[in-house]
Amino acid sequence: MNALRASPALKAGLISVLLLAALLGLWQIAATPRGGGPAVDPEYAKLVGKEAAGGQKSAMPTPVEVGRKLWEHVTDPFYVRGTNDQGIGIQLGWSIGRVLLGFTLAALLAIPLGFVIGMSPLVYRALDPFIQVLKPVSPLAWMPLALYTIKHSGTASIFVIFICSMWPMLINTAFGVMSVRKEWLNVARTLEVRPLRRAFTVVLPAAAPTIMIGMRISVGIAWLVIVAAEMLVGGTGIGYFVWNEWNNLSIANILTAILLIGLVGLVLDQALAWLTRLVTYPE
Amino acid sequence: MTMRPLISVEGLAKRFPPPSGRGPATTVFEDVWLSIDKGEFVCLIGHSGCGKTTILNALAGLETPSDGVIVAAGQAVDGPSLDRAVIFQSHALMPWMSVLGNVAFAVKSRWHGWSRDKIRAHALRYIELVGLKGAEAKKPAQLSGGMKQRVGIARALSIEPKMLLMDEPFSALDALTRGTLQDEVVRICGETEQTVFMITHDIDEAILLADRIVLMTNGPGARIAEVVVNTLPKPRVRTELHRHPHYYRIRNHLLDFLVTRSKSFEREIAAGGYDPRRPPQVRPGEAEPALVASNPVIVSAKGGAR
Repeated sequence: MNALRASPALKAGLISVLLLAALLGLWQIAATPRGGGPAVDPEYAKLVGKEAAGGQKSAMPTPVEVGRKLWEHVTDPFYVRGTNDQGIGIQLGWSIGRVLLGFTLAALLAIPLGFVIGMSPLVYRALDPFIQVLKPVSPLAWMPLALYTIKHSGTASIFVIFICSMWPMLINTAFGVMSVRKEWLNVARTLEVRPLRRAFTVVLPAAAPTIMIGMRISVGIAWLVIVAAEMLVGGTGIGYFVWNEWNNLSIANILTAILLIGLVGLVLDQALAWLTRLVTYPE
Repeated sequence: MTMRPLISVEGLAKRFPPPSGRGPATTVFEDVWLSIDKGEFVCLIGHSGCGKTTILNALAGLETPSDGVIVAAGQAVDGPSLDRAVIFQSHALMPWMSVLGNVAFAVKSRWHGWSRDKIRAHALRYIELVGLKGAEAKKPAQLSGGMKQRVGIARALSIEPKMLLMDEPFSALDALTRGTLQDEVVRICGETEQTVFMITHDIDEAILLADRIVLMTNGPGARIAEVVVNTLPKPRVRTELHRHPHYYRIRNHLLDFLVTRSKSFEREIAAGGYDPRRPPQVRPGEAEPALVASNPVIVSAKGGAR
């Protein structure tokens, strides 16, 4: 009775927990090995090993195994045992570093350029064809070009992040600047505010929420793309870790990585959401 | 005494090209001549679509007329100026700035070299003038419509302009708030001897505030039909106004114009004697009521300036 009268947030939380428990339960049942498989040819069993032949032990781990793996990684995230065996914290650190670097470089170019595009209809029309053609290109399509020209795999993946975080920031900045209310600009005009001061004191604060939304979309896309980019170039990073564990057929490690990738993405998104709230103004 | 007017509108016109690119242009208004003396409060009344806001924007320098010039303090207007402050209908406050921030922004625009403290003190003085002392840290979203418009007035006055341009500043407010703000404007303009040009729909507002009321015919092709001199003595008090014998004569004259004559003014022009450069100045307040409806008393142009 009390649960029914509880707040919606509590109810939603309760449903989430129940769903999680149900999913984990189903998973546990599905992944638990069952005895008494079909009869196996002893020659074949000798060849591939008893377990694999009988199909008793699947490569799919149970939630408990994944939990144990996750705990191992969380309690010792920063070990280094050779180039291919490094802690998940180090791998995530590489990926976050690349994303932040590529994203920051993109912001440094996209926001000023978007500002100019938004301010000048001429520049907008001149650059629009380029943006329209380049924007739908998958960022990974740039990878061979980047590898060829930069000749450094780590830098190439940063470049790919740079390219893919450009577009949402560029377009949102231009749109935000273009849609600054005319009356605010008229106020600035009647006060004879010089262009530079107008850009920083009127246009920028007015467009800031839209720009921040672009940044939030960008960081989300960058975090999606980094995993794929690191799978391609290898070496370090969480994407490489996932691919490496696929080669090791360690599904428990892969699932751990998936969970952590999701959590880092959430943190990045919420950080930008918090910054957006700081610059948003009620009208 | 022939004093040069502070503002002189000469042969102003606004035309829009036809939408298809062919055919005749649409003329919103044309041949608008008007002068405003220093310290004068002039109201412009007319129906929607006669180009009132365009005239105000041209005075502000925000819009370029198709024809004609505006001379302000001896110089042709070719863009916005700090000498002509605008109070916008929609208050146009920057929502990310506080009340103080909005006013200080204007003060800093006027006096670049001032110190932070000086700007703050100056802005606070005008915030106090409009009765918003104590609300200076609030954001516009936390203010009522009337308070927002007070900030707009404080911002416009704080730059100490030669002239104040108001575009239906109170039309978005409820009647009670409108009344209080009108009283404030009467008080502030009395104190500062501010020159004001204001657009309004509201006849009573015009009678309360204006020294002269400019009447425009209906658009397209609108013109200034005549200028009504407000003969009610100053200071005018809203609650006492209707007791004065001139009040209803002026009010009826204005109403009469808006209801019928603004549409049929072409015929009065055709009858002859109308000079767009010198639209007739009438004093319906002094006329006998019977005379007003049929035959407005025409007085020669004020001061013989032109």
